[in-house]
Amino acid sequence: MPLKHQGEYRDPQLSRRLIEAINRTSTRPVKLMEVCGTHTMSIFRHGIRDVLPETIHLLSGPGCPVCVTAQPEIDAFIAYARVEGTIVTTFGDLIRVPGTESSLQKEKAAGNDVRIVYSAFDALKIAQTNPDKRVVFLGVGFETTAPTIAASILAAREMAVPNFMVACAHKTVPAALEALMNSDQVRISGFLLPGHVSVILGRQAYQPFFDKYKVPSVVAGFEPADILEAVRRLVEQIEKGPPRLDNAYARAVSEEGNPKARAVMDTVFEPVDAVFRGIGMIPGSGLQIRPAFAAHDAAVQIPVSVPVSKEPAGCACGAILTGAKTPPECRLFRSACTPENPIGPCMVSSEGTCAAYFRFHQ
Amino acid sequence: MTSEFISLDHGSGGKIAHRLTAELFLPLFDNPILSDLHDGAVLKLNDSTRVAFSTDTFTVTPLFFPGGDIGELAVNGTINDVAMCGATPLFISLALIIEEGFPMADLTRILQSIQRAATQAGVQVVTGDTKVVPKGAADGLFINTSGIGLIPENVAIGSTGARPGDKIILSGTMADHGMTILTQREGLAFDSAIQSDSAPLNQMVAKILAASNKVHVLRDPTRGGVGTTLNEIAESSRAGIVLQESRLPVGDAVAGVCELLGFDPLYVANEGKLLAFVPAEDAAAVLEAIRSDAFGREACIIGDVTDEHPGQVVLETRIGGRRIVDMLTGEQLPRIC
Repeated sequence: MPLKHQGEYRDPQLSRRLIEAINRTSTRPVKLMEVCGTHTMSIFRHGIRDVLPETIHLLSGPGCPVCVTAQPEIDAFIAYARVEGTIVTTFGDLIRVPGTESSLQKEKAAGNDVRIVYSAFDALKIAQTNPDKRVVFLGVGFETTAPTIAASILAAREMAVPNFMVACAHKTVPAALEALMNSDQVRISGFLLPGHVSVILGRQAYQPFFDKYKVPSVVAGFEPADILEAVRRLVEQIEKGPPRLDNAYARAVSEEGNPKARAVMDTVFEPVDAVFRGIGMIPGSGLQIRPAFAAHDAAVQIPVSVPVSKEPAGCACGAILTGAKTPPECRLFRSACTPENPIGPCMVSSEGTCAAYFRFHQ
Repeated sequence: MTSEFISLDHGSGGKIAHRLTAELFLPLFDNPILSDLHDGAVLKLNDSTRVAFSTDTFTVTPLFFPGGDIGELAVNGTINDVAMCGATPLFISLALIIEEGFPMADLTRILQSIQRAATQAGVQVVTGDTKVVPKGAADGLFINTSGIGLIPENVAIGSTGARPGDKIILSGTMADHGMTILTQREGLAFDSAIQSDSAPLNQMVAKILAASNKVHVLRDPTRGGVGTTLNEIAESSRAGIVLQESRLPVGDAVAGVCELLGFDPLYVANEGKLLAFVPAEDAAAVLEAIRSDAFGREACIIGDVTDEHPGQVVLETRIGGRRIVDMLTGEQLPRIC
């Protein structure tokens, strides 16, 4: 882990040099989008917007896994929790997300078995120790989390744990980037590409996207110096050209990524058209469990009826996820919608843009 | 109340827990002593005698964890709350709710730990109660302790006393207890060398009060962490707080685990740390007094009280940015990626 070196990348002197370089180079207003929710959090936590020149406008993109999960998917998760003899296991972030009628947290308080786990393998253990129950793991997230969840399905097959299932709502990043470029709501001058996802995908995964749109793109890490360096490179590309697909997180992201992890993912999942909250249907942007693993597919094994899914009235999460609006431009922000009583997922998730604005920015 | 059921967030020590107190408890029991909302109640028995009184209930999974156990925690937690009123803790009560089938050996071990902790802190267990409930009606063992202590003359410490110009001292690293419990809990396997900071702080408080008679606020940042406690102090004192990120002490292993799980150490529980607000002229003496205590070796000044942005806590980041440190809302939840 690079944690030992965390201090170096938070070094004030290094950051100051990068900020000075950005200030020297930047002359015209630009909109840079950080695609990853962890970037959004890091930018706020370290006060990075404060230290950048006014010409640079950072937009938060659709990179918070909980936030982009479509309302019918959330409603299905809640419906699983109500099925007799089922244990729903989930990453913590999802538990407070309001569905059309309820939330997992409400189901838990009402006595249904909803458990927070830290990995799909914890859910697999729960399935082993509760053979008389069906254990559903809620699979959300991008290419960062998908390989581990695929591995848990492989393990369930190998160890013959028939009561372990995954409700698969995974999304993929490159397809979403394309949708953002095709949107006419906002003109993005450059992308900070997600570091964690790129560890799996490698820099090469963005090549087809880059070749098509020629928009400055830099893979970025998560420490302040990582983000500032990526911004510096983006500004330099924009000001001096030509646009490039660059990697400013080479200590973790290689050209090829992690082929083993991708192979596991490809064994278990196949691409499917998916709905991103706020963007709508993006062809090939989701993952579904291949028919060969249908025994572990909750969607196949546990049919549930969900209400006609409705997104919360007045919630601007959709526009916020594409950078078309900022949270203060949503009429619910801070009044009806707070972390205590969140109306949309961007206020719930610790990586949501609204939660970040609420917590760090006043 | 907006919610129909109690959720774990109501017990998190953050905003949602505060709302429960303000909307449900205070209207029913309102009185000037309770409405102070300090760690303990300050009771004036007669012109010369003031007593600090506090109660706390302990539920922790697992019952035994690196750096302590529920017994030690139950003693230290209550005497620390009494000590934060500037009092010398003297007596505690001990009440147990035990689940049917609980191993006698574990109970013995926990009671021995309570005895050791009480002896170390110089308090006596003077009354108690034991209830046993059917299997499934409690999770192993719950403990309640209450404590009382005497407040010396001329000591006036409350939660509303922070003044612009005060220095804020934290007695050591943040987040050790909370992250230890989290990593020990079922389903999480980190091989990290972190342990709870559970410790009695009454002797440290005595040293602080000997070093300065101008201490404005003492608080132990337990549930909700340093961030939430500082927000409470800023709000009740109507003062602003500015923290320096570079001075916030976090152990390397704890920082690593927090980073992995997406937890902010500012909001993670401590069980053996205190925050002291003292005028600048006494800050060095108080800092030295804290550092002279076995549990305060890594104490440092983490920020200042200002007359700007009253009620708000602002953090100056290492790279020179500024951001709000808000009060925790509910429980911190681990992130997805």
